[in-house]
Amino acid sequence: MKKMSFDQAIESVIQQEMINDKNIIVMGEDVHTIRLNLFIQFGKERVISTPICEDAFLGAAVTAAMAGLRPIVEIMLVDFIGVAMDAILNHAAKVNFFSGNKWDVPLVIRSACGGGYGDGGQHEQSLWGWLAHIPGISVVVPSNPSDAGNLMLSAIQMNSPVIFLEHKLLSDLWLDSMAYGGRTTVNFDVPSAGKYSEVPTKWEDLLVGQLNVVKEGIDITLVSVGVGVHRCLEAAEILKDKNISCEILDLRWISPLDSSNIIRSVKKTGKIIVVDEDYKQFGLSGEISAILLENHVNFKYGRICTEGTIPFSRKLEDQVLPSAKKIVEKVVLMFEE
Amino acid sequence: MNNEEPDIFALYELMFYSRRFEEMVQELWDKGKIFGEMHMSLGEEAINAGVISHLVEGDAIALDHRGTSPLIMRGINPKKLLLELLGHPNGLCRGNGGHMHLFSKEHLVASSGIVGASGPAAVGFALASKYKKKQNIAIAFFGEGAANQSMMLSSLNLASAWNLPVLFVCKDNDVSITTPSKEVTGGNLTERAKSFGINGIELNGLDVEFVWQKCASIIDNMRKTMSPFFIVAKCIHKEGHLLGDSILRAQRSTIKESIERTGPLLKSLTRLKGASILKRGASIAKIMSLITKIGDQLKKRNDPLVLAKNKLKKNNEKLELIESKVNNQIETLIFDVMKTIEGDE
Repeated sequence: MKKMSFDQAIESVIQQEMINDKNIIVMGEDVHTIRLNLFIQFGKERVISTPICEDAFLGAAVTAAMAGLRPIVEIMLVDFIGVAMDAILNHAAKVNFFSGNKWDVPLVIRSACGGGYGDGGQHEQSLWGWLAHIPGISVVVPSNPSDAGNLMLSAIQMNSPVIFLEHKLLSDLWLDSMAYGGRTTVNFDVPSAGKYSEVPTKWEDLLVGQLNVVKEGIDITLVSVGVGVHRCLEAAEILKDKNISCEILDLRWISPLDSSNIIRSVKKTGKIIVVDEDYKQFGLSGEISAILLENHVNFKYGRICTEGTIPFSRKLEDQVLPSAKKIVEKVVLMFEE
Repeated sequence: MNNEEPDIFALYELMFYSRRFEEMVQELWDKGKIFGEMHMSLGEEAINAGVISHLVEGDAIALDHRGTSPLIMRGINPKKLLLELLGHPNGLCRGNGGHMHLFSKEHLVASSGIVGASGPAAVGFALASKYKKKQNIAIAFFGEGAANQSMMLSSLNLASAWNLPVLFVCKDNDVSITTPSKEVTGGNLTERAKSFGINGIELNGLDVEFVWQKCASIIDNMRKTMSPFFIVAKCIHKEGHLLGDSILRAQRSTIKESIERTGPLLKSLTRLKGASILKRGASIAKIMSLITKIGDQLKKRNDPLVLAKNKLKKNNEKLELIESKVNNQIETLIFDVMKTIEGDE
């Protein structure tokens, strides 16, 4: 098996698909530098640097997709998606339905997300729950290079809009430009297996909306996504010494959500903790509890989420974001109850 | 400062203090004491000083992500500011905001890390001022990259349609993050403002005396008419878009780093499928010219501080006095701040 970084895996799939399909274009701010390889290989007609105007170029990408192109649009950080929200909420998500399912919008929106490197609450949000709230949009959040490649292939092949979120702690590009900036004097809790690990010899599109059972267990189900999956794995190692066997589910897709596999796991363990780097209120964690209740599952429930605006100070930030330590404490508490 | 002739010594002192403060910030960032991104105002000092010295109590500033220098010049407590950048609980915003999200209610200064957000922010400040029948104006600081953001364009329209005292100050360094601005900008920015019904000028933002003089009459007039104005001021960014800027790093890189960088470059050059070899050559040439362009910008254009200093050399004694005073202030400040931090540990 060969190894790749998270970024390389995504790039490798986009390269492969751009060769296969001339209708794929890449569009976004500074793509000639941040996607240097694609820019050189495919030229400025297909790798198009835009002005800083997310609402206009994302809005344009929606109709370009309707007219036969398959745009991969970069919104540098998911926080900036606020500027372009109308193109997503009222257009990309609605066209297929309004047209009586006669008109597709094959659009991939790539965006970096997540915190843990001290950039503050306007640059470190996750927002997948907020985005997944909208019908007509798929939201996918890979946690490792292999999934990143395979899921990008799924996203590109879909005929509907997909938001593809890349956690900055997993990406060499974003870590280098936003967190390290060429320094060796700072350190972050980067899950190495999520950033660089084995990938398949041939990319295969994964089933849309299917979660991955990362680790089987019998005592409790830990559900997470992105970097949170690695925090769960770390916690599970510690909990093993306390004779607690964790089952870990990597959702991969926030929308569509793999309800049946969540239900199956929680029916087995009877306990669930959702580890969600997105905000606590009105989001993924609450949605999962609602699905379990609707399906008459008996379960104990807990959640570890980001509870407010993410502070700039690293010390304060660590208190706000989910961590392995918080997971261990919460699980232990649940077993003491 | 009187409104007739600029006190260049005073302006130089403001600029020199801001420069020394930011150099100290840069050092702390290099040492890993400051986390995250860091966008500097190094190279923008003449614009900041030339505009901000005309402000009076009640005037508002909407800032972008380069707020450190404007805040210093507006008179925000430098110790609180530095502690904020260090993420300390005694910082200006209790460590919650950091350098891209700096706020001072008492000074009516609000920042944003969202490109273009200073446009609507300044319009709102100006609306409040006019509603309360004050003579205060609002400044919007932003870059020429942000000038293409829709909310900035709509802000020009709002300020004009509602006739609000917003001074739009576009700091133009020719590069939007890493994209040459000309390639992504239609038309001319002052012409754009004019088409919205807002008078605008383009000026050399490296010459503090010139900026000050122009702004003296512009701002004076704005207070009388309570209407908007648009300035494009050319400047440089000595440290690129942000500290550790990848293009600048490539320019300043060692042989080892160059090889690491060209490794993937060569790969995409020789990959079998994709654009023609000719086109790929053109793409590489574009990147190389971008790297050279950004580097050259720093060499060819003058540093605003050097420019100001040259004008003051006739009174070298006074100049040295100012510099040593500022150096002492900065030294005392860093000592004081470090003591506060160590006190916690």
